Amino acid sequence: MIHFDNVTKVYTNQNRAALDHVSVDVDKGEFVFLVGPSGSGKSTFLRLVLKEERPNSGAIHVAGKDLARLSNFKVPHLRRRIGCVFQDFRLLPNKNVYENVAFALEVIGKPRRFIRKVVPEVIELVGLEGKAHRMPDELSGGEQQRVAMARAFVNRPMILLADEPTGNIDPATSIGIMKVLDRINRTGTTVVMATHDAAIVDSMRKRVVELEDGKIVRDQSRGVYGQAY
Amino acid sequence: MRANFIFSEVWIGLRRNLTMTIAVIITVAVGMAMLGVGLMINAQVSTMKRYWDDKVEISVFLCTKGSAMPDCNGKAITPAQTNALKTLIEGTPGVQEVFFESQADAYKNFKETYAASKALVEATRVEDLPASFRIKLVDPDNYQPIIQAVKGQPGVAQVTDQKELIGKFFDMLDTLTIYALAVAIILVLAAALLIGNTVRLSAFNRRRETGIMRLVGASNLYIQLPFIMEGTIAGLIGGVFAAVILIVTKVMLFEEIAGYFGDATAQLTWNDVAQTITITMIIGVLICVLASFVTLRRYLRV
Repeated sequence: MIHFDNVTKVYTNQNRAALDHVSVDVDKGEFVFLVGPSGSGKSTFLRLVLKEERPNSGAIHVAGKDLARLSNFKVPHLRRRIGCVFQDFRLLPNKNVYENVAFALEVIGKPRRFIRKVVPEVIELVGLEGKAHRMPDELSGGEQQRVAMARAFVNRPMILLADEPTGNIDPATSIGIMKVLDRINRTGTTVVMATHDAAIVDSMRKRVVELEDGKIVRDQSRGVYGQAY
Repeated sequence: MRANFIFSEVWIGLRRNLTMTIAVIITVAVGMAMLGVGLMINAQVSTMKRYWDDKVEISVFLCTKGSAMPDCNGKAITPAQTNALKTLIEGTPGVQEVFFESQADAYKNFKETYAASKALVEATRVEDLPASFRIKLVDPDNYQPIIQAVKGQPGVAQVTDQKELIGKFFDMLDTLTIYALAVAIILVLAAALLIGNTVRLSAFNRRRETGIMRLVGASNLYIQLPFIMEGTIAGLIGGVFAAVILIVTKVMLFEEIAGYFGDATAQLTWNDVAQTITITMIIGVLICVLASFVTLRRYLRV
């Protein structure tokens, strides 16, 4: 599903590589934790998958497409197959829960009937039934992240990328978020989650890829966050 | 669904930078109006030129007894000289028609023209007015050969060409057209920059929305269209104002000017005005679209 082959990314005006000859394979339906300290290249990895950045060398395949040969014109179609969740939720403050989720379908031109059908289903899937008409500032952090996950998942993407989704949320609420991610994973969606949260990684017992200074230092199925921490 | 969504986005964008939108509308309106007035003056000048070219004639005034003109030496033209002159004029290439206005005809015209001032008419005798040849040319702009041929011939007092007189008037109108067009170009430039800025502000205001749109895979067209429409709608409204200004100008200015010449055929037609409005509208909207598009390419990358 995601295939990195010897990928190196150096940002302009920087000497050090953000990713240094990284090769990794993520299969369909897998759940992968991307761990490592700040600046180790986790976010760069996610940005490369979305083709928000281009690698300096190496090949990236996402959902069977060679990103180097994917024209700019087709990038939106790639992104429709990838859902994204961030630490800061990125909800629209002037739209309620339903509208925030529906927005993701409206802007890719889905018909209204379809939107009316699937949005309530997804809101229920993330556990926000009955809160469709709340505004984001009326929700807790955990609930806002659930809205963001509903928005990321509403178009049934093949891949869900989560960049520190529990970074702004207390540990008790994080468990709920992880349950939703697990539920999404069980529908067959590949999930890649970058995180700092050792407790979560340890409790989930999923594949762990550890990055340090842009290099993969560990790739372990059913791993833990790491002995050093 | 799609249209609905885009129009609501456009409306939000226009309302959020209302002052900038108004600035764009005013600049486009004034710029397009200047451009339109320039084009209309141009159209008016060519209509009038066509009209006057049918009328202008060269007058060859002949010597009368006691004429003050130096070429006459105080002697009247002889009938033989008159005939010779007529043959010469008719033989000159480019001459379409020649009329002879006798002293009696000249007096009659003079009396008609100055009917209001009785004293002048009473003081003038038939012998005081010179007889003349009135020459119509095939090409009114090509008057040099005939003037050179006739000037200095025995019995010729003076040669006047109306073309020379109205030529100055047309030169003035041409200068006016150039000024109007120059101002128009500057204003159009200003409008383009303003639209660019407005779109940039708009894009900044909605960077959160556009960020999410990019993330969930909205196509570029879908992301950019609301912004381009914003510029276009502002341009269109400005164009409508410009059209109103042009219609008012036509009624208040051009019809007044044409009134001085007293002939409806020299007037700018509504057809010309409609054409000018169409051209200015198209240019206005095109500039808005281009300015929005160029700005967006810089501020809304994939």
